[in-house]
Amino acid sequence: MNSLLLFTILALSAGAYHLGKRRVLRLIGGKAHARHLASRPHYYGVYVALWCALPALLIFLLWLFLEPVVLEQWVVRHLPQSLQSPPSNRLSLVLNDVKNLAKGGIVSGYADPAVQTAAEHYRRLLGLSRTALWVAVLALAALGMQMGYGKIRISLRARTHVEKIVRLFLLMASTLAVLTTIGIVFSVLFEAMRFFRLVPWWEFLFGLKWSPQMAIRADQVGASGAFGMIPVFTGTLLIAAIAMSVAVPLGLFSAVYLSEYAPRKLRAVVKPLLEILAGIPTVVYGFFAALTVGPLIRRLGETLGFSVASESALAAGLVMGLMIVPFVSSLSDDVINAVPNDLRDGSLALGATRSETIKQVVLPAALPGIVGGLLLGVSRAIGETMIVVMAAGLAANLTVNPLSAVTTVTVQIVTLLVGDQEFDSPKTLAAFALGLVLFVVTLILNIIALYVVRKYREHYE
Amino acid sequence: MNNRNASSLSATDRSRTVHVVQTGLRKRYRAEKRFQRLGMAAVICALAFLAFLFVDIFSKGYKAFQRTVFLLDVYVDPDVVHVGNLDRADYQSLVKRSLGNLFPDVKGRQEKRELFRLVSGGAGEVVRSKVLEDTSVIGQTIAVWVPADDDVDMAIKGGVDRRLAPSEGRLSERALQWLDALATRGRLAKHWNTAFFTSGDSREPELAGILGATVGSFYTLLVTLALSFPLGVAAAVYLEEFAPKNRWTDIIEVNINNLAAVPSIVFGLLGLAVFLSFFGLPRSSPLVGGLVLTLMTLPTIIIAGRASLQAVPPSIRDAALSVGASPMQAVFHHVLPLALPGMLTGTIIGMARALGETAPLLMVGMVAFIVDIPRGFTDPATVLPVQVYLWADSAERAFVEKTSAAIMVLLAFLIAMNATAVYLRNRFERRW
Repeated sequence: MNSLLLFTILALSAGAYHLGKRRVLRLIGGKAHARHLASRPHYYGVYVALWCALPALLIFLLWLFLEPVVLEQWVVRHLPQSLQSPPSNRLSLVLNDVKNLAKGGIVSGYADPAVQTAAEHYRRLLGLSRTALWVAVLALAALGMQMGYGKIRISLRARTHVEKIVRLFLLMASTLAVLTTIGIVFSVLFEAMRFFRLVPWWEFLFGLKWSPQMAIRADQVGASGAFGMIPVFTGTLLIAAIAMSVAVPLGLFSAVYLSEYAPRKLRAVVKPLLEILAGIPTVVYGFFAALTVGPLIRRLGETLGFSVASESALAAGLVMGLMIVPFVSSLSDDVINAVPNDLRDGSLALGATRSETIKQVVLPAALPGIVGGLLLGVSRAIGETMIVVMAAGLAANLTVNPLSAVTTVTVQIVTLLVGDQEFDSPKTLAAFALGLVLFVVTLILNIIALYVVRKYREHYE
Repeated sequence: MNNRNASSLSATDRSRTVHVVQTGLRKRYRAEKRFQRLGMAAVICALAFLAFLFVDIFSKGYKAFQRTVFLLDVYVDPDVVHVGNLDRADYQSLVKRSLGNLFPDVKGRQEKRELFRLVSGGAGEVVRSKVLEDTSVIGQTIAVWVPADDDVDMAIKGGVDRRLAPSEGRLSERALQWLDALATRGRLAKHWNTAFFTSGDSREPELAGILGATVGSFYTLLVTLALSFPLGVAAAVYLEEFAPKNRWTDIIEVNINNLAAVPSIVFGLLGLAVFLSFFGLPRSSPLVGGLVLTLMTLPTIIIAGRASLQAVPPSIRDAALSVGASPMQAVFHHVLPLALPGMLTGTIIGMARALGETAPLLMVGMVAFIVDIPRGFTDPATVLPVQVYLWADSAERAFVEKTSAAIMVLLAFLIAMNATAVYLRNRFERRW
């Protein structure tokens, strides 16, 4: 239905394009004289088409965003008092029923006659709104076309006008990134604030116990809910540390080998192969960690006499480390390649071997860039979700033993938000608080890393 | 000065220096070799892991492309199936009856139930579709291949050790004998598992397929592509060609680089709070998934786009401007077409990443168990990686094989996309 309207607008503006182009050609007296126009003829067409489409599209989008809100308000106002006043989550349940009924779907529980009438009301309003939308949009499109058409003169600088609008569109597209960041900050911050109204922030930041099970009934046992994020964060850091202790030596050594030693042909084969590691979906790593590496480590540990949890931090960290290898190696490869050959030649000319040159000249010169790359790797390890969700545990143990089960920030976010809970409980809101911490920590790491990498890259240019 | 020193060294001094250097040299060469070997070992280690991963997934998953089927002679009883209830008749009972006919000596209730458990709960479906295809079979006996239960499937494929005691293996000795009997009668075979590619998710491993997830992935990626490509190109063009260099554009640039490194799950939180809670868009839909992935891939596309715009030499712009084109015309008619192959490569790589993304989609509810094949952008759907996640979580052993097979399909898509990107890069790469 809506897409039909969208296509109608597009078709109309296509027609507007032709009208505009034809009109200006007629005004100037045919194609032969087109070179006397201020702009090429098709710009006049585009000009009219924009007049036709833009206002209509604007109204269309606005309508789609506002419609549900306005309709809901309307339906709520017509609900009987008894249904209007109760707690807000029940009201939303009722509203949900109303909407489902209106669509002819299934309702939770019984269908209250009041809800039935409300659904009828909603359906009527929806129909009315849709008709009004069609009328408004089509009228606006026609009006716009009329306006644009009327504005066409030979002296009209159509190109300038069209380009202004295109430029505006380009600008808007590039600010989308900023809007996304603002959106992230606001959505996470807003929900986190609501969480901190229920649980004080110092308890969250410094608490040593994490058990987000809230009591559903007041008399429930063992479901008090504790929201101290220290154990969760320790788990995250533990897994990230394991991952980095795998990724750093492997990534760094392979970068050094590939950029300094490997013959060209080998490099041409190995580099893309390593990059496959970076392209494998993390859920595949998660599956691999949970089903192959985890049991392997457990069996190995048992034969050596360690007690290994079935979901150990080691398995998740190990696999995550291997996932980060290509990331570390390609970033270090870049910075190592950026070290000018003069430095190498100077060192070799003094009689140093290649490894001495690398260790004492190349790596120190590339160090800031490598550190920046490693920081990006750490931020990736902290933010990685699927591997830990599938291979690390759920229990928030405050431990640094890599053989025990730990949980991470991302695991907790997933387990808190996947499933059905009401949206206002501290349990779900806690996920946003964790998200805020995750965002802030990775943001700081990223900014430092980007700054270091950038500054270093400029050094040799 | 050096010259004079060197010449003034006595012969003994010189030979001592030579000696020191030569003894040290062997050690230094050894260190050199060691260092080089360490580097090689690191590369081999990473590659070995890659190979291990692939071999592991492949060896677990290749069996899922076949499934065990029984050949049954099903009598389509007109008492059970008639014109009035073609859709809803109890076809499963027909299947059970025909299976019972094959083993007339199976009598007891317990025993019968065990026998019927050999065949999949979806076997009736097969008969149903045969009947719906051609109603003239009612009253006749038709030979159909029906899927076996997943435990049987695993036993036949050797996934479950047949020598295990009955209490440990899922199938009893009796059931295994029945299977052997069926096999000797030529009524048991392994067929290409078409259902894996043509059906949606199911609780029964032998019936579960990836079509629903594949279609969901397709719709989701379509939304992502339709939004992120034009927006990414537009943003790259603006930042590279038109933006004044000031504080504002600097902020945008830092922002884009930073967004590329924000954890994906945070984008999921954004989608949950903004698209679902605030705008009230439908949960679990490809539309919302695609929007979230758009925001995620946009930075990648913008960065790649800017790089390929930078690679177009200024002379192209200057030439266009000098014959009277406006800056906008110079960009859209001359610079952009030259930069487009590079942008396309970046986009494909971004899409490949979006295809493999799971975490943010979990947040917007695409983890729901969905059997139906989605038919639009607002239908509830799931995507391939999420399907992998869901199956990996399932308790049934047979799902391990399905999961690996789904991963193989996912990887095949990914490799195809990346190969396209490499091909495009080689085909259109231009050196100025």
